Amino acid sequence: MNAPLSPPSPYSAALSSSKLEWHTLSVLVDNEPGVLARVVGLFSGRGYNIESLTVAEVAHAEHLSRITIATSGAPETIDQIHHQLERLVPVHQVTDLTTSARSLERELAMVKVRGRGENRADALQLADAFRARIIDATTESFIFELSGRPSKIDEFVDLMRPIGLVEVSRTGVAAISRGPEPI
Amino acid sequence: MSKEMTGAEMVVQALKDQGVDTIFGYPGGAVLPIYDVLFHQEKVRHILVRHEQGAAHAAEGYARSSGKVGVLLVTSGPGATNTITGLTDALMDSIPLVCITGQVPTHLIGSDAFQECDTVGITRHCTKHNYLVKNIADLPRILHEAFYVASTGRPGPVVIDIPKDIQFARGVYTPPAGIAHKTYHPKLAADLDAIRAAVDMMAHAKRPIFYTGGGVINSGPAASTLLRELVGLTGFPITSTLMGLGSYPASGPNWLGMLGMHGTFEANNAMHDCDLMIAVGARFDDRITGRLDAFSPGSKKIHIDIDRSSINKNVKVDLPIVGDCGHVLEALVRVWRAESMQANKQPLEDWWAQINAWRSKKSLAYRASSETIKPQYAVQRLYALTKDHDAYITTEVGQHQMWAAQHYHFDAPNRWMTSGGLGTMGYGLPAAIGAQLAHPNSLVIDIAGEASILMNIQEMSTAIQYRLPVKIFILNNEYMGMVRQWQELLHGGRYSHSYSEALPDFVKLAEAFGAKGIRCRDPELLDAAIQEMIDYDGPVIFDCLVDKVENCFPMIPSGKAHNDMLLADLSDDAGLEIGSVIDEKGKMLV
Repeated sequence: MNAPLSPPSPYSAALSSSKLEWHTLSVLVDNEPGVLARVVGLFSGRGYNIESLTVAEVAHAEHLSRITIATSGAPETIDQIHHQLERLVPVHQVTDLTTSARSLERELAMVKVRGRGENRADALQLADAFRARIIDATTESFIFELSGRPSKIDEFVDLMRPIGLVEVSRTGVAAISRGPEPI
Repeated sequence: MSKEMTGAEMVVQALKDQGVDTIFGYPGGAVLPIYDVLFHQEKVRHILVRHEQGAAHAAEGYARSSGKVGVLLVTSGPGATNTITGLTDALMDSIPLVCITGQVPTHLIGSDAFQECDTVGITRHCTKHNYLVKNIADLPRILHEAFYVASTGRPGPVVIDIPKDIQFARGVYTPPAGIAHKTYHPKLAADLDAIRAAVDMMAHAKRPIFYTGGGVINSGPAASTLLRELVGLTGFPITSTLMGLGSYPASGPNWLGMLGMHGTFEANNAMHDCDLMIAVGARFDDRITGRLDAFSPGSKKIHIDIDRSSINKNVKVDLPIVGDCGHVLEALVRVWRAESMQANKQPLEDWWAQINAWRSKKSLAYRASSETIKPQYAVQRLYALTKDHDAYITTEVGQHQMWAAQHYHFDAPNRWMTSGGLGTMGYGLPAAIGAQLAHPNSLVIDIAGEASILMNIQEMSTAIQYRLPVKIFILNNEYMGMVRQWQELLHGGRYSHSYSEALPDFVKLAEAFGAKGIRCRDPELLDAAIQEMIDYDGPVIFDCLVDKVENCFPMIPSGKAHNDMLLADLSDDAGLEIGSVIDEKGKMLV
């Protein structure tokens, strides 16, 4: 007998109670015009989620860019995303860093906090605990820079909110596999 | 040989070097340099269509009937946007096309220039790949690469957008050489372990079935031959999707007819009750599976497909085999023979007995009439009178399409061209023109509906201009028949805007274009009228006036399983009680 089938569309999967997983996909692409639009269009056209997306050239001479996409979905949907990405002509390689290898994920954030007196002291203390650097300061504000796993940044931002969070700018996740081998 | 020439000359030279003898197109400002080059040569024949959508479908018909890449050439802006339906159609049905679009000169891109549109942006979602040529040095590579990408792997449409200044620019042309693409490497051969596992599952199956699709036809005629061999070796029953008709002959002993929403009772029940399903180049489309959670619940499934993303997309399978159908079928036949495999004889006999019991339902039967022409009867007579001709059949979309699939029988691949995935009304006439150009001496018939045919009727002029004797066989019931049928089933018989209160006189319309018009409403006169159509040396519009309210059965209603089919009611009583067969959930489906 078959296992119960999940709904074929990620739109209905999102509505159903099937378990959602978070995965980080690393997509090595030819750095040609429109390649990012192809990848993003694939996600919007087929109803896949993008939780975070980073893209930058990683090898100038070879015209290679790495797109790192954090996505969420049912396990079958993640599998589909993987193979749909592989189908795009300018894609060299797709790696699911969540399943295929032990990987490191980092994100950089800049967090602007406004406050005086006690709040200011609290902010400095917490920043120290999170190893956030001060990259701009006025008498009534700080901008902190910190990097780490996305959950660490979430945590820091949550702590800053009652103190006087003004705004946050985040880079999205960059990821790489551990050990001597390439992704 | 490398040679200096203009971009426009490169385009035409590349077409020649790729073996293209026919292209479909429509000129305009942004492609004039290419048209000027076409003017000076005779190797590439240009067919002037009357609308760019027609060019795309004609190229599809040409490609599907010949196995070659279909090529179209259109101008920027509206020329490009008019091809979108055809490109999407080709993407859904995996048809190899190369579409060359003119673009405003590079320095005007982004300025909202006259007849400018973001062609690569718009076509990104409806092509397998597309290119905007920004440098003359890239043009020869892109031209050859486009043919490679379109025709290999899972085929599909490729757009090359060429700004006008690039067409005038001079550069060095290089002829096609062995393509070593940086990233695109379709996998053709399958893993031998998977082949062995499949053969083992097949030898042990008690209730097996082959479920084949358009992938077998796309793989080339050799794949169909191998499929026949494998079916013969195993003795298994075989059914096919709309897209796969002809790969196994409809006259073959193991043929169950088409499956799916309007498939036969025996094919759908065999799919539901099988213990091993061997899917070959088919993609478990919703028109095939019906209700997914009740789809073939007791079977192991083998899925052979060149597109890895088709596997486990809609239905989870037990043994995926990624590879070209022809390669995989060859390996299956080879291993089956080498290991002297035998099918599971006694259970297979019992399975056939069950299938024959389903067959005896005669699910394609309909209530005959001596008063009006039943549409099924019209297709049956068309088949009877044309089957000994070298015939190619195209269709539009709707009831007539399903009746054609059910009652016209195909014994060879590449003979049947229909819009399967996208369901494009207006496909059939231009596709017939494309097929006729690929097979000038064959009998090409577009089985049409009176609503669909009007969507690209302008292509009659193309048929006349190039003396293409295509036959348009309209099953005229004055309704958008499939819409009417669904309104009867789902919406209480409220026929909202599905009746054409004003139709042209199709005989006069034919004559206005310069073609022959024939009308028939009497079943007794039908054979003679069809024969007159066949015998006429030129294009014909045949206005076949059929029963206006005939429904297309059998049918798996939306949201139902394969073993929950509606059959035609053949008694003389009132029609089916079908107002309530589809529940609220089913109504949501398409």
